[in-house]
Amino acid sequence: MTAPAPAAPVQAPGIPRMARFLRVREAGTLALVLLVFLLTTLKNHNFASSGSIQQLLVGASLIALLGVGETMVIVTRNIDLSVGSTLGLSAFVVGDLFRSQHIPVWSGFVIAIAIGAAVGVVNGAITTLVRVPSLVVTLAMLYIIRGLDSKLVNGSIVVPGQVPHAFIEVGYQTVLGIPWLAIIVAVVVAIVGYAMRTFRPARELYAIGSNPDAAALAGIPSARRVFVAFVTSGALAGLGGALFLALFAQVDNSAGLGYELNVVAAAVVGGVAIFGGSGTVVGAALGALLLNTIQQGLVAVRSSSFWDEAIAGGLLLAAISIDRLLALRVARSLRSAEGAHREL
Amino acid sequence: MSSETAPAAAGAGMQGARPEAPAEPTARQPLWQQAARWEVGLVVVLIGSLIFGSSESSTFDSQTTLFYGGINAGYIAIMALPMMLIVVTAEIDLSVASTLGMAGALLGDLWHHGWGIWPALIAALVVGVLGGTLNGVLVAKAGLPSIAVTIGTLTLYRGIAEILLGSQTIPGVGDRSFPVWFTKIGVVPVPGTHLSYTTVIFIVLAIICGVVLHATPLGRSLYAIGLQPEAARFAGIRVTRIKFWLFVASGLICAFAGILLTAQNSSVSYNAGYGLELNVVAIALFGGVSIFGGKGTVIGVVLSATIVATLQMAMTQMTIDPNVQEIVIGVLLLISVVVPSIGKLARWSAARALRSRPLQSVRTALPLTVRTK
Repeated sequence: MTAPAPAAPVQAPGIPRMARFLRVREAGTLALVLLVFLLTTLKNHNFASSGSIQQLLVGASLIALLGVGETMVIVTRNIDLSVGSTLGLSAFVVGDLFRSQHIPVWSGFVIAIAIGAAVGVVNGAITTLVRVPSLVVTLAMLYIIRGLDSKLVNGSIVVPGQVPHAFIEVGYQTVLGIPWLAIIVAVVVAIVGYAMRTFRPARELYAIGSNPDAAALAGIPSARRVFVAFVTSGALAGLGGALFLALFAQVDNSAGLGYELNVVAAAVVGGVAIFGGSGTVVGAALGALLLNTIQQGLVAVRSSSFWDEAIAGGLLLAAISIDRLLALRVARSLRSAEGAHREL
Repeated sequence: MSSETAPAAAGAGMQGARPEAPAEPTARQPLWQQAARWEVGLVVVLIGSLIFGSSESSTFDSQTTLFYGGINAGYIAIMALPMMLIVVTAEIDLSVASTLGMAGALLGDLWHHGWGIWPALIAALVVGVLGGTLNGVLVAKAGLPSIAVTIGTLTLYRGIAEILLGSQTIPGVGDRSFPVWFTKIGVVPVPGTHLSYTTVIFIVLAIICGVVLHATPLGRSLYAIGLQPEAARFAGIRVTRIKFWLFVASGLICAFAGILLTAQNSSVSYNAGYGLELNVVAIALFGGVSIFGGKGTVIGVVLSATIVATLQMAMTQMTIDPNVQEIVIGVLLLISVVVPSIGKLARWSAARALRSRPLQSVRTALPLTVRTK
């Protein structure tokens, strides 16, 4: 009975502090991106050329796009491991339709998103209706969709000449020097990022992830929100498939293979807590940019990419550890602020 | 009203980590009874896949099938054993396949630089232990989430393998080849049987794991940790230490699997076992191990590994393309969580329908009384 009373004054000073802390978290990721960029440029001046910067943005864009949906899912204390397979499936199906049906360019995007959303519906429905852990469901879907994809491909790889030129242009054309791919992803990040800050249903994703029971008691339709998060994640993975096709202009059955763990890694590096409740899509996108900048920076500096996996892994561990330390510090300062109110 | 909901909220909050666990009658049944149902199902599936295999392929009932089934799946199944122990404590180790790769790569690298086979083997095991130690320190001691930590070490260990070997395959041109006694495990069965070495080692390890998990206080404490880490700690179980040593053991066993794979293939490159971590998790989960911890048996994992190996062999002999095999594995995994859950859900919703009736009347009545005031 006494529990709710001290909770209210504790949270009042906590919220702006927390917000400041989160802002710092993304700023930290961005600062690291810039630091890596500067250090690499000092060693290799070509790294700062516009072509190289475009490559950095394009290389990060697919993982960043998938990271947006993944963040929405992870924030609710779930996980979506099927994004890589979904990307592969939608990339091939769209490429195959271009080849055999000569569908219009715009419909390629629509179909890709629809395929992804359909996968998301299956993931979300099984997770929320049957109440089984999303890790298992999406792991199973990873295999099912990858198998389906390989069955469809069956050796008939989509090659550059079979994809309409207008579609491929999305993959390499730029506006004012910024690649289309990066613009599309930035728009998605901006929209979802704004929604996750502002709109109530999207804010409720954080509540669900912070404390599922409290969220349910507060009247939040958790199942519906989680379902929407999965569908969004699937739809973005589908869109990612279309962009993959536009970028590489060819698809075999290995498109998106192993992306799922890279996407989760990017989100975690960008400050998304794996157990839900905190993290932003901007952070996840910056995480993807950071990992890609390090990878390409290593190539630019050493002309050998053998080190980049090890460094990416070390960085991920460092990010988790630092987040933990910061969280502990925040918790300690919150506790000392709360100290006066607590009588136990 | 608040006096009605407050205890319910507190009770639910305790189980926060396991959202699917409403207080339900099955939790009070003895463990073997709960598990028995799932394992009986697995036995049925296994018999079914054996019948399926032998009816569809004339060469299925042969010693060759038994041997190559073990060659193909044995080293993966070996990694599933420490994985299931870790998942029972509600953690996960996604770095297993990378640890396998790192140990194999170190073995290859040292061999390439003229080391003897025994020192190289020991070094490979040591690097596995070190890898497990890092996981253990970060997860058990620092309290970081194991899924994030081991995704990090997954990348890190694979990266170390890549640094060690680069793009070369050992033994390459100009290298000594591995000793014959070492590589023969990929071509001959264990003397007196038709089983591959990996199969026999898997069986031995499974027996050890089974005894530890099901017949020792340590094993019981793993379930306690998985179900309620806080309560386990207050009951005097050394949660941190046990989790730490589980990760170390996992590193050691995965390094051992890396050695076995190297011997089987007579060669090693940095990407040995690439991407197998999710297969290993799938085997453990299909074996009835709950991803939320506290549930699962070694016999279930053994059955699940056997089913996967059987189906793979059957489908390969029927020249069904490997991609369809992936679909089958995925569907099995999905069924393995959905079917038990639907039964549970039906029972649970029936129970809730009974309970919620009086509660609902309170809820609808409350605003009225407020309004009349």
